[in-house]
Amino acid sequence: MGRIVQEAKYTCALGAQQTVLGIERAVPVIHAGPGCSARQFAYMGPGSGYQGEGYTGGGQIPCTNSSQNEVVFGGEKKLGQLIDATLQVMDADLYVVLAGCTAGIVGDDVKQTAKNHAAEGKPVIGVDTAGFRGNNYVGHELVIEALINQYVGDREPEVRKGLVNVFSVIPYQNPRWRGDLHEIKRLLTGLGLEVNVLFGYESGGVSEWQDIPNAELNIVLSPWVGLAAAKLCEKKYKTPYIHEPVLPIGLKATGAFLRRVAAALRMDETAVEGFIAQEEARYKKYFVSLGDLFSDFASYLPYDAYIISDAEYGVGAADFLMKELGMNVVTFYEFDEPDASAKQLVEQALSAAGEGLAQTLVVEGDNALIRADIAEKIAERKNKSLILGSSWDKELAEQTNSILVYYGIPITDQVVLSKTYIGYAGALTLIEDIYTGLFRKGMITNTTHGEDDAI
Amino acid sequence: MSGIANAEVEIRDRRLKSIISFQGKASELQEYSEQLKKPDKDRCFSQCSDCAQMCAATVCYNVRGAAVVVHSPMGCFANNPQIHEQIKNSAAGRGVEAFKAQIICSNISEKETIYGGLKKLREAIETAQERFHPSAVFIQSSCAAGIVGDDIESLADEMAQELGIPIIPVFCEGFKSKIWSSGFDAAYHGLLRKVVRKPEKKQEDLVNIFNFLGSDTFTPILEKLGLRPNYLVPLADIDTIARMSEAACSTQICETLGTYVVDVLEKEYGVPKIHAPAPYGIDWTDQWYREVARVTGRSEMAEQLIHDEHERIRPELEELKKELSGKKVYIYAGDSYAHNMASLVTDLGMEICGITTLHHDMRTDGKDVKNSTLNEMIRVAGDVENFTVCNKQPYEVIKLIRRTSPDFMIVRHMNMTILGGKLGIPCLLEGEINISAGYDGLLLMGRRIRDLLKAKGILSTLKEYNTFPYTDWWMEQEEEYI
Repeated sequence: MGRIVQEAKYTCALGAQQTVLGIERAVPVIHAGPGCSARQFAYMGPGSGYQGEGYTGGGQIPCTNSSQNEVVFGGEKKLGQLIDATLQVMDADLYVVLAGCTAGIVGDDVKQTAKNHAAEGKPVIGVDTAGFRGNNYVGHELVIEALINQYVGDREPEVRKGLVNVFSVIPYQNPRWRGDLHEIKRLLTGLGLEVNVLFGYESGGVSEWQDIPNAELNIVLSPWVGLAAAKLCEKKYKTPYIHEPVLPIGLKATGAFLRRVAAALRMDETAVEGFIAQEEARYKKYFVSLGDLFSDFASYLPYDAYIISDAEYGVGAADFLMKELGMNVVTFYEFDEPDASAKQLVEQALSAAGEGLAQTLVVEGDNALIRADIAEKIAERKNKSLILGSSWDKELAEQTNSILVYYGIPITDQVVLSKTYIGYAGALTLIEDIYTGLFRKGMITNTTHGEDDAI
Repeated sequence: MSGIANAEVEIRDRRLKSIISFQGKASELQEYSEQLKKPDKDRCFSQCSDCAQMCAATVCYNVRGAAVVVHSPMGCFANNPQIHEQIKNSAAGRGVEAFKAQIICSNISEKETIYGGLKKLREAIETAQERFHPSAVFIQSSCAAGIVGDDIESLADEMAQELGIPIIPVFCEGFKSKIWSSGFDAAYHGLLRKVVRKPEKKQEDLVNIFNFLGSDTFTPILEKLGLRPNYLVPLADIDTIARMSEAACSTQICETLGTYVVDVLEKEYGVPKIHAPAPYGIDWTDQWYREVARVTGRSEMAEQLIHDEHERIRPELEELKKELSGKKVYIYAGDSYAHNMASLVTDLGMEICGITTLHHDMRTDGKDVKNSTLNEMIRVAGDVENFTVCNKQPYEVIKLIRRTSPDFMIVRHMNMTILGGKLGIPCLLEGEINISAGYDGLLLMGRRIRDLLKAKGILSTLKEYNTFPYTDWWMEQEEEYI
């Protein structure tokens, strides 16, 4: 972790301010130097498909803008004043204090300060997310853990049958998080479940968080992010969890996922199969309707795939590209820099998803090195390729005549709103985007030939 | 002060007595400045600001052939490809070859905050050398590196010897100054110490223009006097920067940007600075032309030129004024740049209903406070009743905008236009600021505002659908900030 980076795919732990913003009517209160918060926003807001400041983000985020004084004498007093004022000025349901490097090094106790300044109906919690503690995946984990410990707290669960919590995508860092959560909620609701997705426009904001202890089951939908939260809930609330390391994309993965959830909850099979059958029928018709293109242009389609992604989205993509689109995943560059045990989880997930997939894994946080490696491999293999990448990879795709689909951050020349690439609905959109890429340089007809041999 | 030998330049908070809060009339702020009376009352509620490192980046990220090592955790660095696009666009605008920014991050982690980060910094500089073969390497310090106390200066000297290229420390730690513009000074200071040389010869027709990335506005402006612009620092290479001391004079697109560097160039290398506000608006452009002509021995050309230029722009200016006259504008921009804008809109016949500058330098390096851009602004635009200083703070500015109800706003920074947008008010994002310079800049500004006013429709929908996060209590408070 913490290797030299030229082209960023992640930011520091303080990036978790965007995790807080993913909860409706929650406001981050930043205890850090004056530029930290704005940087996080620039990278994960406009830099992630032009996601804006929304209700409480961007320039509106309260911040101590810590200076020499707080570094020399400590910043708890100033933070306390800021919290008090924030409760008066900002209309929100939850206030999450995040410490940056200055406070982290000086050793301000943000958790205690937060606690001291919370007020009736105005919950305030504190988390040390100093930038040097790790990347924003680590920051996200720290915030989730703090929310459960400090905000949800010790509670006697009143378990509701059919209620599940989903720990999955990271708000903003994953540019399609809103659409993805919509699809996850749609699928699980389709099974007849009540779902806390915890983030995004379809969550109930803080009420879903308060409801966490009452779930019958927790679902971790990612190889490693969210696993700690599920374990914590198991300890605190005795909630069992299932670990689903493959983010379901497409018919096969989504059906399998839904069946495992149903099995874990011992749900009525007929109802579950009914829902799946209905979704599958629709999906298959769409898929078949593109069959003419697959058949006509079979010699032009990309069969080599390069995946640049974090663990969560990458494992799902590898699974889908291999199983449904018949692609050969050449390399999966995982950029979220998991620690050794998390990396093992990713390898296990890949092995389970398909033979040989684990061998495609390369952990690399610098997109400049990733680009260079892909260029080399394409030159060597001379195959038409699909790159699941980002705006960093535009030139590479151009030079290698590859199809580029923006899969992760940064995305600076595409607007992303409710788009999703997961589940049934998302997979169809992903298919649209991949094969639209065939026509990037113009139309292909029955008289087109030879162009791709130039790779 | 001439502290060029010191590793660090004094921050603006102390050197220029800069402030980040004020409310009153423009003339009152000028009085405060003249008497060095601090109107500053600390805020107990503040929203996130910007930091010196971000300003330093605008200077050192775009030097042709140089590399930058950001010695920080990833958050101070996390970058995106827009950085290359910005250079590409600006290079196209100036008709010069584009290049890629060469920036890497040492990615400080917990270990470095305990044992020090010099080992990693060295590794990062070596990586930069290996990947880019740069003509120089900037090292940007950060809060983490600064508090831990990494001796960047010594390592820089050591590695400059090893690699045979300038290694330029830039001490732009965010926590050190409340004034983010201190970062400009930090970056220029690094260049002045490690790169700029004594002039071997003088180039009598060369004018240093301190600017950001931007188009080639100054060639046609200076051509009329038989002069050439020397655009600094973005897009220049290290050799051009080293020889900035050869220029006939120095000027800038905004005093907030150039105050320190033009002063040091004058004191250390005898490059005279132009004692006139930047060429924004007719009166200021006139003054600027006269002063540039005087300093470069071309005074006899100035009056005819000014007369001809006034005649040339008159017809279109009259047309624009017919359309725009009386429109109410609110200006929300960096210190002197806001003054520049006030000068411009006055020439378009518009009414300034309010100005918020993001800080205020009570002093300018080596200049009489009577000649501040603020005072020059008051002279051309008249006093401004609603004049405030604050470091962004939308919770404060929202009240000022609502009270003054402008037709549109001029805003200098990203993520600040959204405030106007959510209020249904079109904002002109002054991202590329070279284009507003000179007589033609005035016309262009008029045309852009005319187009901008068409945004009313989409923004009124935004206004309708938006909810602000501020409590009723706050919106009903009389005071603008707490």
